[in-house]
Amino acid sequence: MTGAIGKPTPYIDAVQKVTGQAMYADDYKFPNMVYVSCLRSTESHAKIKSLELKKAEASPGVVAIVTGKDIPVPFGVLSISRDETAMAIEKVRYQGEIVAAVAAETIEAAEAGVKLINVEYEPLTEFFTPQDSLKTCTPDEQIHAHTKDHKNIHKTAELRFNEPEKELETAKHKQTGNFKFAGVTHGFTEPHSAVAMWNGDETLTIISATQVPHYLQKNLSKVLGLPLHKIQVKKPVLGGGFGGKSDPFPHEMIVSFLSKKIKRPVKCTFSREEVFITHHGRHPTEINMSLSCDDGGKITALDADIIIDGGAYGSFGVVTSYYNGVLLQGPYLIDKFGFRTRRTYTNKHQCGAMRGHGAVNPRYAVETLLDMMAHDMEMDPCDLREKNFLSDHSSTVGEFRITSNGIRDCIAAVRKKSDWDNRYGNLPYGHGLGVACGFFISGSALPILWNRYPQTVVHAKLDFDGRIVMFSGASDIGQGSDTMLVQIAAEELGIPMDFVQVEVSDTKTTPVDLGSYSSRVTFMVGNAAKSAASNIRREMAKAISKEKDTPAENITFKNGRIFTNDKSLDISWEEGVEMAMAGRGAFVESGFYISPKLGGNFKGAGAGLSPSYSFGAFISEVEVNPKTGETNVIKVWGAHDCGKALNPLAVEGQIEGSIHMGLGQTMSEEMRYKNGQQLNANFFDYRIPSSLDTPDMDVTIIESNDPEGPYGAKEAGEGPIHPVLPSIGNAVFDAVGVRMMELPITPDKVLKKIKENA
Amino acid sequence: MEKVTLTVNGFTQSVLVESHETILDTLRNRLNLTGTKKCCDEGTCGSCTILMDGKPVLGCLTPTLRCVGKEILTIEGISSGESLHLVQKHLVKSLGLQCGFCTPGVVMTAIPFLEENPHASRNEIKESLSGNLCRCTGYKKIIDAVENAAEEMRS
Ligand code: FES
Ligand code: FES
Repeated sequence: MTGAIGKPTPYIDAVQKVTGQAMYADDYKFPNMVYVSCLRSTESHAKIKSLELKKAEASPGVVAIVTGKDIPVPFGVLSISRDETAMAIEKVRYQGEIVAAVAAETIEAAEAGVKLINVEYEPLTEFFTPQDSLKTCTPDEQIHAHTKDHKNIHKTAELRFNEPEKELETAKHKQTGNFKFAGVTHGFTEPHSAVAMWNGDETLTIISATQVPHYLQKNLSKVLGLPLHKIQVKKPVLGGGFGGKSDPFPHEMIVSFLSKKIKRPVKCTFSREEVFITHHGRHPTEINMSLSCDDGGKITALDADIIIDGGAYGSFGVVTSYYNGVLLQGPYLIDKFGFRTRRTYTNKHQCGAMRGHGAVNPRYAVETLLDMMAHDMEMDPCDLREKNFLSDHSSTVGEFRITSNGIRDCIAAVRKKSDWDNRYGNLPYGHGLGVACGFFISGSALPILWNRYPQTVVHAKLDFDGRIVMFSGASDIGQGSDTMLVQIAAEELGIPMDFVQVEVSDTKTTPVDLGSYSSRVTFMVGNAAKSAASNIRREMAKAISKEKDTPAENITFKNGRIFTNDKSLDISWEEGVEMAMAGRGAFVESGFYISPKLGGNFKGAGAGLSPSYSFGAFISEVEVNPKTGETNVIKVWGAHDCGKALNPLAVEGQIEGSIHMGLGQTMSEEMRYKNGQQLNANFFDYRIPSSLDTPDMDVTIIESNDPEGPYGAKEAGEGPIHPVLPSIGNAVFDAVGVRMMELPITPDKVLKKIKENA
Repeated sequence: MEKVTLTVNGFTQSVLVESHETILDTLRNRLNLTGTKKCCDEGTCGSCTILMDGKPVLGCLTPTLRCVGKEILTIEGISSGESLHLVQKHLVKSLGLQCGFCTPGVVMTAIPFLEENPHASRNEIKESLSGNLCRCTGYKKIIDAVENAAEEMRS
């Protein structure tokens, strides 16, 4: 690599962000715009007996009011569970669900209107725990009519290979654990916000803080009954997502419907409390897992029974259910393997995808069991793991194709840097080290909605001014994908980065990309961008070769020059552009990415399939005060195999951000409810780590050079979170000898365990 | 509505505001200065930080009426034109930002802090940023950036 790839590169939009010029959704304002405020349910599960709008309609400044019946078409990110409508119809399923929306000249007038709406509810039986939802109920008590056997079970996902239960029955070395995980939420800083405009040509434009413009376009089309080609979704600069903006949302349907109805721009921006209520975060989870080993420490079987509490609607839940199980197939080779996940509906905020989707909690469980195993077998926990790693270019029991795999380098790096071999087990009481590994997909090989198109297309345009514009639907949510597009074009064409600009995330002008989720962007969009830019190079070389009578394959593009090795040709980029433009003018080249056909032939074989997987190993050091139970994470060493770091600064940023988020879930974050009402829908009570809680971080990037990734790259945005949590839990054991089977690890829980142990 | 005279980024003008309105809303909605961000609107995240007579305050907790007769400085007033402030320069250079939503608040916190504490230690810098929620970066690169800015300011 001679150009921009592999160099630490500040984001192309960093100056805009640091000067306050970057435009986020709520920063957009349009003439004649109205503002929406939502009436939200005060009941968790209840029939709507009556809804009285008259007073509100007469309130000054109120322009329009809509209720569930106005927008009755159900939607959802997965076509298999479209169970949500823009607003509640006939009944509400959680406290905070939108019942009506008021559009008014000012936000104050909209809020005043909301207060004048009268709703009467008739309570229904409420389900707040998955255990209640697993029981049989009357049809009237069902949260959704479509669930089977009169139970509130949304999905049961189960896969089983080679009878793990038999092996576990007789295994000599076996560990079993019951784990409980509180729900956690994304906590992105920018609240949801969307503004919709009905245009003079009978088309809709919506500017929304979304990670998935394409899926939003599709769902809007369904809900509004508007053809796809009349819908333009634009993603502005996005203030973080982490999975929390990867569904189509009710407020997006509401502003779009209203703007079409009243022919005015309509905006809705959520308060922080509304963001908490909207949630879609990590499911509260209970896991019962067993793991066995042979005398040499080789894993012989793993079986898990998992219950996830989905809340009131489906979201990504079917995928989450599978990911809880299937992503346990790495980074260790396990031939006898099985799991069952049941996702229940309950009358709480809905859960969905969050960084590390579905695999974070089971990762905690298996890494804890491995630590227990190592302890009981008197083996070093790193050694035990090293005996079990999948090798590169192999396959898992569920037929995941493993290509590049840097796990051995990862564990070697953190082992050395933390001085593990000398310090583990030898620290004074109250101090401890813990290790854990991780494994994650680098993009889902199957699209959410089955179709015959590529997963992404990128257009590269060259014009007479010498500028390359990369058109991509990819959604930069802070991870730096816009910068990646520029780096790749600069690399392929041998030009400085400032010759390249981007047009992104606009369903009218940019080719389809499926969105920023499942860690797919670098791998898929990167490959497409590389081929689009190299097609431009090919076209230019063709024209130059004709004009200069030089074979095209001898022409090199580098450092802003276009030349042959013998320098018989040596021209500037601008001269080359001129030759390429002659008699033709500006042109666009396309590049795309389609996953190879992968996977087995059984039901559920598609879940977790990815063209490539990332790997990682982390070690954490903690300090536990045995008198108070307070735990302090002092340092985290993290090594992540991202294939190739296209932008090492961005990869480090993803790993450090993952450490932060993993630390939060392990130590302090928890969605707390009482009778369906969230008790901590604000940043005072929902405790996200601050700069002071931040441990020292030592990040190592491992480059295993994936054969199919662009320049060898694979994901770095989600994989690094997985090992963080169990490495802390295992460090607590090393420090004070107690196993933390419940997250978050709050001082009271630690203290209780220490006392029980004494 | 009340008519007030506000001095923002060195420019004095009259604005009609509600008596209960916060300066954050006045800036964003009436003066079109949207660089100051609203993340929580209840004093818990620091993203709305602005300077009032040189001191950082939370825009979402500050009534506009209290800003009368004061010098208000927002992110838009920090780097007028060509050159970035050193804090901004290093945030860009060390990737002390990802989504950027917390960034204006970080800049408006770090600048007065470094002006008062040019010799701040890494720990003191960490402490000074403890009111600024960042969900993306894990803070490390923000702290690095402020530390580097301090170093360059001293040299
Ligand atoms: S918006 Fe003011 S502190 Fe969060
Ligand atoms: S950069 Fe996204 S919140 Fe700080």
